[in-house]
Amino acid sequence: MSYLLNSDEIIETIRMIDQQHLDVRTITLGVSLLDCAADSVDVCAGRIYDKLCRRAEHLVEVGEAIEREYGIPIVNKRLSVTPIALVAAACREEDLSPLGKAMDRAAEAVGVNFIGGFSALVHKGFTASDRKLIASIPETLATTERVCASVNVGSTRAGLNMDAVREMGLVIRRCAELTADRDALGCSKLVVFCNAVEDNPFMAGAFHGVGEAECAVNVGVSGPGVVYAALQDCKGQPFDVVAETIKRTAFKVTRAGQLVAREASERLGVPFGIVDLSLAPTPAVGDSVARILEAMGLEICGTHGTTAALALLNDAVKKGGVMASSHVGGLSGAFIPVSEDEGMIAAAQAGALTLEKLEAMTCVCSVGLDMIAVPGDTSAATLSAILADEAAIGMVNNKTTAVRLIPAIGKGVGDTVEIGGLFGRAPVMPVNAASSADFIARGGRIPAPMHSLRN
Amino acid sequence: MKAIVSVFARDRKGITAYITAILAENGINILDISQTLMQEFFTMIMLVDLADCPLDFGALQKLLKERGAERGLSVHIQRQDLFDAMHKV
Repeated sequence: MSYLLNSDEIIETIRMIDQQHLDVRTITLGVSLLDCAADSVDVCAGRIYDKLCRRAEHLVEVGEAIEREYGIPIVNKRLSVTPIALVAAACREEDLSPLGKAMDRAAEAVGVNFIGGFSALVHKGFTASDRKLIASIPETLATTERVCASVNVGSTRAGLNMDAVREMGLVIRRCAELTADRDALGCSKLVVFCNAVEDNPFMAGAFHGVGEAECAVNVGVSGPGVVYAALQDCKGQPFDVVAETIKRTAFKVTRAGQLVAREASERLGVPFGIVDLSLAPTPAVGDSVARILEAMGLEICGTHGTTAALALLNDAVKKGGVMASSHVGGLSGAFIPVSEDEGMIAAAQAGALTLEKLEAMTCVCSVGLDMIAVPGDTSAATLSAILADEAAIGMVNNKTTAVRLIPAIGKGVGDTVEIGGLFGRAPVMPVNAASSADFIARGGRIPAPMHSLRN
Repeated sequence: MKAIVSVFARDRKGITAYITAILAENGINILDISQTLMQEFFTMIMLVDLADCPLDFGALQKLLKERGAERGLSVHIQRQDLFDAMHKV
């Protein structure tokens, strides 16, 4: 056997980790809670706590061991669970927040920073339990630290549930009001989806779908800094070279994620689910998706050409990553959360990046309008109308869209919300002042598009 | 288990001797070695076999880091699989 030591490759990897923020963004353990159902919320909460503590007992320890041995940071260890509206369907009580509190206590006990799945899937209609869960979201997010909530209000197959869209505008406002003293932190933990995926490892939208196994290890990779660094060598080159360079880089990044996923799955004795091939930025300098778009030749993210640049990036990330992993899933693509991306924040502050441009960008990226602060006096109907627009993009384009809006209570355009930590900070962006109230008041369902009839 | 040891430092005499002695003391066999100077920085990469090393990975990692720091060297050890995964199809 020959031992070929390619020191250039080794130094390249070490440089990616040390200087370009290469990391595995999250190992998320998905856990089914369907067997925790009970007719009393307290009994159900007890079962949820016990099961999560048992299943996730070694998650953090295993994650840290892999991190040490391979020398690659695994930034977050997290949990996702069955949408709680399903688990709670038999509960008699109206208030489901005790279930969120049990999730929060379990997350703290096992040492994970977030747990996703305080969720309801209402793309076609509400069950009684869905309504109770949605009503419990504001209180739950205001009184827990680690719990994330999501609601799926539409799909390409079912169309848009406009009653749910209207309801979620009110819920977002209520979340903002209840956490107004913390710059509307509650809203950072609430995602409104169209075409939600069942194996997403990223927060705040992670949940463990009903089509999933008892438990699964899902891994989210990252690496905007690595892609940015690679593009520094292609200045002035045609787009073919840019696309090839991104594909090559995404391949390497994803292989690291696949390795971590396989190891974690073996050590935890839990089946490997998917690798999510995502470029997920953080507020750190050098870890920005916006800066990648600018490296392609744009003066500032948000100017004309940004959508095309993002389309290329999103596609090349998938093409490079898909060969590097045996199972790809989740959201897979480029994320464009404003508050969590240093370049997006700068572009928004400079006035180059607007809500309308972000909406256009979401047609070609992997998610949607993410972590965007809007004026505190934005009405629930306007919030709902923004949700409806974004969900319509998801529905018609057969893609996932997610919205996380932060009404900055007491603040207006020109102010900044400081959410802190991984959530970063967001300049308040203007919304259209004209009313959408009569549109949102209609309710009912927007029918699924023609191409939903694919059978 | 095979691992990659990487050493970065400002160049001076005796770095290789110092590090390889520590490896030998701990039953670690060097399978391949490569060293270069990048500007004034000494960079050494070694492929090592840990089969006969009595220490567990975490303890070895700590030992190399501490002994390296005594001489102002940055010493890391990582499992080889990561590099293979990222650079080989």
